[in-house]
Amino acid sequence: MGKRILIVDDEPNIVISLEFLMKREGYEVDIAPDGEAALKALAEGRPDLVLLDVMLPRMNGFEICSRIRANPAWREIKILVLTAKGRDSEIARGLGLGADLYVTKPFSTRDLVAQVRRLLGGAT
Amino acid sequence: MLQGSVIVLVSFAYLGVLFAIAYYGDKRSEAGRSIIANPYIYAFSLAVYCTTWTFYGSVGRAASSGIGFLPVYLGPTLAVALWWYVMRKIIRISKTYRITSIADFIASRYGKSQALGGLVTVIAVIGVVPYISLQLKAISGSFAILLHYPDIVMPAKVVARPFFQDTALYIAMTLAAFTILFGTRHLDATERHEGLVAAIAFESVVKLLAFLAVGAFVTFGIYGGFADIFQRAEESPRLQALTTLSNAGGSYATWSFLTFVSMLSIMMLPRQFQISVVENVDENHLGKAIWLFPLYLLLINIFVLPVALGGLMLFDARGVDADTFVLTLPMAQRKEALALFAYVGGLSAGTGMVIVETIALSTMVCNDLVMPVLLRQRWFRLNERRDASALLLSIRRGAITGILLLGYVHFRAAGEAYALVATGLISFAAVAQFAPAIFGGIYWKGGTRAGAIAGLSAGFAVWAYTLLLPSFAKSGWLPAEFLTGGPLGSALLKPQELFGLAGLDEISHCLFWSMLANIGTYVGVSLSGRAGVAEASQASLFVDVFRHTQGFERARIWRGSASVQDLLRLIGRFLGPDRAHEAFVAYARRRGLGSLDDVPADADLVQFAETQLAGAIGGASARVLVASAVHEEPPGLDEVMDILDEASQVRAYSRELEQKSRELEAATAELRAANTLLEELDRMKDDFISTVTHELRTPLTSIRAFTEILLDDPHMHPAERKRFLGITVKETERLTRLINQMLDLAKIESRSAEWHTTELDLNEVIRESAEATSQLFRDRNVALALALPQSGPRIMADRDRLMQVLINLLSNAVKFCPPREGRVEIRCSAVEGALRVDVQDNGPGISPSDHQTIFEKFRQVGDTLTGKPQGTGLGLPISRRIVEHFGGRLWVESDVGRGATFSFVLPLEAPAAAGGEPARKAAGTVE
Amino acid sequence: MKRSGMTGQRLAAIFLMGWLLLDYPILSLFTRSGEIAGIPLLYAYLFGVWVLLIALMALVIERMRN
Repeated sequence: MGKRILIVDDEPNIVISLEFLMKREGYEVDIAPDGEAALKALAEGRPDLVLLDVMLPRMNGFEICSRIRANPAWREIKILVLTAKGRDSEIARGLGLGADLYVTKPFSTRDLVAQVRRLLGGAT
Repeated sequence: MLQGSVIVLVSFAYLGVLFAIAYYGDKRSEAGRSIIANPYIYAFSLAVYCTTWTFYGSVGRAASSGIGFLPVYLGPTLAVALWWYVMRKIIRISKTYRITSIADFIASRYGKSQALGGLVTVIAVIGVVPYISLQLKAISGSFAILLHYPDIVMPAKVVARPFFQDTALYIAMTLAAFTILFGTRHLDATERHEGLVAAIAFESVVKLLAFLAVGAFVTFGIYGGFADIFQRAEESPRLQALTTLSNAGGSYATWSFLTFVSMLSIMMLPRQFQISVVENVDENHLGKAIWLFPLYLLLINIFVLPVALGGLMLFDARGVDADTFVLTLPMAQRKEALALFAYVGGLSAGTGMVIVETIALSTMVCNDLVMPVLLRQRWFRLNERRDASALLLSIRRGAITGILLLGYVHFRAAGEAYALVATGLISFAAVAQFAPAIFGGIYWKGGTRAGAIAGLSAGFAVWAYTLLLPSFAKSGWLPAEFLTGGPLGSALLKPQELFGLAGLDEISHCLFWSMLANIGTYVGVSLSGRAGVAEASQASLFVDVFRHTQGFERARIWRGSASVQDLLRLIGRFLGPDRAHEAFVAYARRRGLGSLDDVPADADLVQFAETQLAGAIGGASARVLVASAVHEEPPGLDEVMDILDEASQVRAYSRELEQKSRELEAATAELRAANTLLEELDRMKDDFISTVTHELRTPLTSIRAFTEILLDDPHMHPAERKRFLGITVKETERLTRLINQMLDLAKIESRSAEWHTTELDLNEVIRESAEATSQLFRDRNVALALALPQSGPRIMADRDRLMQVLINLLSNAVKFCPPREGRVEIRCSAVEGALRVDVQDNGPGISPSDHQTIFEKFRQVGDTLTGKPQGTGLGLPISRRIVEHFGGRLWVESDVGRGATFSFVLPLEAPAAAGGEPARKAAGTVE
Repeated sequence: MKRSGMTGQRLAAIFLMGWLLLDYPILSLFTRSGEIAGIPLLYAYLFGVWVLLIALMALVIERMRN
């Protein structure tokens, strides 16, 4: 069964690169440019993993993260937080809110793909 | 009755008492009620100078050279008379610059040189090890002797005993344990140990009383008083010779040299420096110490010669070592309690020395030898350690153990060759090598680091050659021909008759040559070279300390740009403008300047400003505020490494903590308010930095991701490859634009941008900007209309900057206009005393709530229709700064759905120009 | 804090005097045999000068405080 990934980022070019990478690995990809769209996408088609950017307009990534975790139906969804901020406090905060992994930008594509694969427990 | 177990028990009990006093002293100190803030305690603590050398060795020395034992105590008596000048200066320097050891002092003076600090530490350790071994010898010897009470048996030769049966080893280990307990229970940023000082003062009293007791007993108990002893001594010519001096054997020269070297030792010995400088609580305690300490020395020496004579007469030819008379005389008379008391006195003298000296040495080894090396090796890890105190404590404990073991090894290897005093004098000569560097350092700005290193090395080398190596030869570790014939048979290089200088005892001989080499190279190398920047500034700070400080806590050399007015305004905000002005005027007068305008904005002024502010809001907050008001230049690599070194060492960390907690206690409500303000500013600064980081990393992410994708897939479809490459290029451009704009903005804000102001025709500039952006308009199919007056009004402005503003406004307008229907109009009109330019578009408009936001850095609005804007968010802030620089204003009038009009005015008269000639042509930089 | 400069100078003077008295050649004046109240000359001289120096220093310092 193909795994589904939701990409939440407002930077179009980054979204393009992430989409390409995930599709190349054989995952199905949904895209949401902000928090509202992300929650909608989650409700409509449950992804297996969310690639979540922190700096989003209006609702920031941490809030989305806690909303996902707050919903029992979405407990199983893996959350991988991507951000350009690398401060220890940020990392702690993210992991504390229930994210599974924290990756700083710029990321290594190889690394990211490996982590996603690991989180999703094996290739498709 | 005096079995081994009793003696051991008494010993541990005594050490326990010392420890209890130290513990109590520390507790009181932590509670802020120090028990050592008392000149008498300070004076008594200085008596740590008197060790078993004094307690046992003086008598031994007196028995062989008579009154020749005395210079070692006369020297310090004379030296302290000069302490009023010298020690005061050293203490002031050390307190001001937070100096914690003698190595620290020398290293700091010569440009914070770590090489020098390490060298001093090595010399100190090597030089003092013999001194420590003599304490071990004395304590273990006295223990062994007392064990045989009431018989008097001299301790067997050391080498005959296997080392695990050697009491000295156990004594060394016990002392190591106690020293660790005394001095390394925790780290103190100032390296002070109040409890230890109290314990030392106590033990000084104990040893004085013990010696006086034995002395009185011998003089008045065994004999009938001073006159009696001396009379009887006169009956023997040999003894009579002891009561006076003759020039035989160069004893005149010996006397002088010994006096001289002990004058130096009273300050140069690590334990003396520790106790008299580092542990000093109050400069004013010096007064009492200057006469109390010599009095102590006098009292503890009155009975030395009588005891020596008495011992020689009583133990005539019985082979009792004169170094033991203080103990064996009461024993011979069956005075058990007195003998035990004497033993305790000797133990007291020895342990006091070992503990303080080892603590001082271990501090140096840790701070000046090991830590600098560790820092350079793997400084990443060291920086990441949240709590380096555990590491530091371990290093110190290791050092303490190591030094005591070294002392023991020396004791076993060379302990038999010398009497107690002779061993001690070897150490005196070693630490005397520090004197030129230190005295030169505090009085002569011309002393350089190279000179200090050269002088120290030369002096140390000569000392090792003329004193240390011969001591090994005398103990059998080197062939005896080394001494008698010189190395390689060269008579001129005989270690104890260098260049044929015979007739001096070995200490004087060593002192002469080593001081010659030391001072000669120090002065010579200093004069022939040139001091580096760091050295020169440190030299000035040290030599001129009284001028710089007057009680200020710290000073530092610092580069930056400050404006007197800025600082005055800053201080005024907290103290009130009048008080601030008064303070500054007083400061100017103190510096001998006529008016506030003459005051240079230099480090001194900044220091002064910080102190003024610190009075109101605390030192740490003051420093941050002043630093923010003033633009500090980034220091050079050296300074950065220093700062890093300082920051990485727990010392600096604890200092900050200590100061902050003290000042917080005394804070007022205003302090709290100021702190809140500070936190707010700090947070805003942090936000800015993290936003900038984020902005920079975002395009980098795309660039990296796509580059990796392209690398990984050589068989990608060409169209897709082209697309991805295109994105990479665009993101690179975006990044470049961002960096350029950030630099631009930073330059403008820090007022270091260059402005080329000329007279311009505004219409022309507007037309040019329109031309420059015409392509954008064509691409989006948006119309641009110009409504300019006939004759172009002329203003003074920077052409490029003005165009930058116009292009920014125009490109914003075109970006937010709907394609095909979009319309942008530029208008220029004259208003009173100024020119006004409007850029109007019929785009979606900007809601009033966002009117301020769009001028903030990195903020962008309007993402509903057009998706995420591709701009940097810096265009408008930069434009506003530019317009404001020319004395104008930039603002927006807009509402949602009604388009937007960005307007700015530029005054006809440039604000910086003097009134009267607005049309004056001026080229070149303004401001 | 530099109090009376006189104190420092007086102490320096005591230092010089002390060194003169306690070193050669003046010291050699007292190295012959002889006694004062049964105490050898040199011994008495040295301790006497010592006491004198201490007393002078104490005087200078305590006087300054008042």
